[in-house]
Order: sequence, then structure tokens, then C-alpha cells
Amino acid sequence: MDKDNSSIEYSLSVNGNSHEISKSWLGESLLYVLREELGLYGSKNACEQGECGSCSVLMDGVLACSCLVLAANATGRNIETIESLSDDDSLTVVQEAFIETGAVQCGFCTPGLLVTIHDFLETNPEPNVLEIREAISGNLCRCTGYGRIVEAVQIASKQKSTGQGGDDVSS
Amino acid sequence: MEFHIASSTEEVCGLLAEDPTREILAGGTDFMVEVNFRHKDPSAVIAIDRVPELKQWRHDGDAVSIGSCVTYREIERGPLSTIVPALAQSARTVGSPQIRNVATIGGNLGTASPAGDMIPVLLALDAKVIIRSIDGSREVSIDELITGVKETSLADNEFIEKIRVPILRGPQEFLKVGPRNAMVISIASLAMVTDLERSAIAIALGSVTAAPSKAREAEAYIQDFLDWNVMTVESSALPNFRRLVGEASSPINDHRSSATYRKHAVGVLGQRALLRIFESRDDG
Ligand SMILES: Cc1cc2nc3c(=O)[nH]c(=O)nc-3n(C[C@H](O)[C@H](O)[C@H](O)COP(=O)(O)OP(=O)(O)OC[C@H]3O[C@@H](n4cnc5c(N)ncnc54)[C@H](O)[C@@H]3O)c2cc1C
Ligand code: FES
Ligand code: FES
Repeated sequence: MDKDNSSIEYSLSVNGNSHEISKSWLGESLLYVLREELGLYGSKNACEQGECGSCSVLMDGVLACSCLVLAANATGRNIETIESLSDDDSLTVVQEAFIETGAVQCGFCTPGLLVTIHDFLETNPEPNVLEIREAISGNLCRCTGYGRIVEAVQIASKQKSTGQGGDDVSS
Repeated sequence: MEFHIASSTEEVCGLLAEDPTREILAGGTDFMVEVNFRHKDPSAVIAIDRVPELKQWRHDGDAVSIGSCVTYREIERGPLSTIVPALAQSARTVGSPQIRNVATIGGNLGTASPAGDMIPVLLALDAKVIIRSIDGSREVSIDELITGVKETSLADNEFIEKIRVPILRGPQEFLKVGPRNAMVISIASLAMVTDLERSAIAIALGSVTAAPSKAREAEAYIQDFLDWNVMTVESSALPNFRRLVGEASSPINDHRSSATYRKHAVGVLGQRALLRIFESRDDG
């Protein structure tokens, strides 16, 4: 990927769509490109140093802070942002649970938490409180004190497992 | 401006030989913080995080060879967590799930921060770092690699290929003190490893010295008070042991902690680790 001196070009696959990017600064983070270039404002920027998790995305299915990914190095990887959570107006079980418990106050941390929690419940569908706290330890929330968020994860986990329970009967 | 995604170690060697000013990017968790805060303005970068050899670990005689791009996530779970338990304990304390998913062991050594959590464990275990360049490989110890605060002995055309970690039989501990439980850079840390074959104990300190260092006097002192057959320690030796561990540190005052607290804390960690491995006994 050798480049001339003025710009760098690469393509990004975001939520299944391919985008050609041409940049004049190599240091740009994936978070910056998602927001400022692709208009995907769901991923938030609250620290740019990996501390808050509000920029969380999945890269090839791995949860990461997009502010710590060099955008050019995200090429060839499958990037999923908060915008990929649903393609219509319907809400996921986790989103419903957030509303039910009041886990959204200012809302700044919410997209990052939703990406994190969806990923977490995929691998650990029936977590205990300690596991939930550990899973969200990279997502800072200044408003809720986390109690309602933990509660929302528990509700979503129950809802999901009762949903799956129905499927199991058929086997 | 140029960006390279390397696919083999040979390619990394070649790219660095061609232009040694090219910078290495692994997980990016230190690199990108520097960039985001404009402390670094990269113009030529080699991403090494897709090089298959660097992402693997394997048994290597009585040691395990861990590729520089192996992540904390991989060290903290799976087979490595039982092969090198203190390394896994240390990996679990790093950052958050998002950080551990991408941050690498090689990046921790490359950054060479006194607070790097891999460093005391690797030093206590006498791990060797295998450094590669177009001219071949060389092997150095952790304290030969890291020479000061964020300083390494790596030449511009060299990179860390892998870390060879001895597999020891015997309990190991890594302990860390920070201002909170999650997502925390350490104020003081300590690794203690034992080798039951040789009745040996090694102690290394983190965040309390500029360059990696062991608590050698404390190691030598405590030997006389250990019973390796039943794994006990004479309780009368503990105050001196704690003091000697503290004295092996040369901490600084900074925004995270005072030097006095660091020296005290690392002594407490030393005693705590010792008592997790050896049961205290009262008689002399
Ligand atoms: C929110 C947050 C929390 C953190 N918490 C901790 C913590 O608790 N404990 C801790 O120890 N660290 C912590 N860190 C620091 C960081 O995550 C670690 O130091 C990590 O191991 C760096 O690895 P990386 O792969 O991300 O390195 P990168 O950022 O890619 O690289 C770091 C440096 O090393 C060089 N480098 C990387 N790989 C090589 C190689 N193979 N050969 C030669 N040079 C190389 C790079 O050029 C760069 O200078 C934290 C960071 C963040 C952002
Ligand atoms: S903006 Fe990325 S972690 Fe805070
Ligand atoms: S709701 Fe405000 S930061 Fe979490």
C-alpha cells in the first residue's frame, strides 16, 4: 500500500457497505473516519484514549475502541457499528431493557454500552452480576451509577433465554 | 506518507531495513493515544498485527514462545493461563475488555513504561526476548531490553518477534495496586514466582523503579526462612522481608501516587504474595 506523499487511500467495510477513503493524514482514527467521513454519528467520542468505551465497535467480531484503531489499518476487516444493531425502527431486547430500567440518562455512553452488551450476551447468554460488571468495565457512565445498566443486562438475558427456551422444546 | 500491512516477519525485516524510520504498529492502544493527543504524527507505519507467526504461541522445550502480537485476551484465558499463571493474572488486570482484546504483549515491551504490567512477571520468570532484523535474531533478557523509562535497546531496524517464557513448576503470583479496581494503571505491582525443582524464589517489581528490577536482597534473605517441603515461611522474618522488598524500589512522586506510598505498598504486596504461596509458621 505504498503511497505518494500527499494522500493515502484505502477501503473500509462498515456494516456491510464498502467505502473508499482518501486521506491527507495517516494518523486518523477509525472513530474520526466513521463520524466525520461516513456520517455515522452513533459511535461517540468522549476521551480518545480508550478509557470510556463510548466509541466501541466490532472489528471482525472483536470488541474494540474505534478511537484506538488507525483507520487505515481497519481495511480488510469487517466493521460493525451501533448503526448495525437494527435496520428498521424496531428495538432489540437489550434496548427495550434499557428503557424499562431507565438505564439511559444523558445517553452519551449508551451506544458504546449497547455494542458491548450485545457482543457480551452472544458469548455469555446467562451471566452473573460479577461477569456483567467485568464486561462493562470498559464503558464509563457518568450518570446512572451502573445499577440500572446491570439490571437491564439481567432483564435482557432472561428475555433472550426464555425466547431460546421455546426453540429448545422442538428438538 | 505510507502505510504497510505486513504479512510475514521477513516482510517486516525488509521494510525496516529499507527505511528504519518506519514505525511499528501492533494493537495501537499506546500508539494511537499518542497520535490522538498529537504527541506523535506518523508518516510511515508498518502494521504487524496480521502477521500469522507473531500472533501465535507454542511450546518450545521447557518454555513457551509467545509471539509479540499475542493479545492479553489470549493470555488471560485458554491454555496459557495455566502454563504461565502469573502472566495471565497480570493480563487480567490490564485496561478493559476492549483494550485486552487488541493490546499485545510485544506492545507492552515496546512502550517500556515502568507501569507495564507484563514486565515484572517476565523479569521474575527470566523470560528472553527474541529480537529480529534483516541481520538475524538476537536474544536478550527483559532488563537488557528495557533500559529506562520508555527506553529500549532496540535498534531502529529491529523489532520484537517473540518472548520465550520458561515453564516453571510452582505457585506464581502477580499483585497490583491502583486507585480503583477496573481500568487502572498500576501504582505499584509485584510478581513472585517459585521453582519447586530448584527451591528458588524470584521477585520483580513494577511501577516503582525506572527500569525493570528484582528484589534480590529480599529473595536471598527469605530463603533461610522457607521450608520448601511443606511450603511454610517463618513469621518472624516477615517484617524484614517487607522492608527489603520496599528498599528494592526507588519510586517517584507523580500524579498517581507519592513515593512513600509506593515503597510501602510494594512491601505489603511482597508479604501478601509470599503468604499466598507459603503458609506462615510461628516457631523458629
Ligand atoms: C485505556 C487503557 C488502559 C490501559 N491499561 C493498561 C494496564 O492496566 N497495564 C498496562 O501495562 N498497560 C495498559 N495500557 C497500555 C497498553 O494497552 C499496553 O502497553 C499494551 O500492551 C500496548 O500494546 P499494543 O499492541 O496496543 O501496542 P502499540 O500501541 O501498537 O505499540 C506500542 C509501542 O510499542 C512499539 N511496538 C509494538 N509492537 C512492537 C514489536 N513487536 N517490536 C517493536 N516495537 C513494537 C510500537 O512502535 C509503539 O511504540 C492501557 C492503555 C489504554 C489505552
Ligand atoms: S472515545 Fe474511544 S474510548 Fe473514549
Ligand atoms: S447516561 Fe450519561 S454517561 Fe451514561
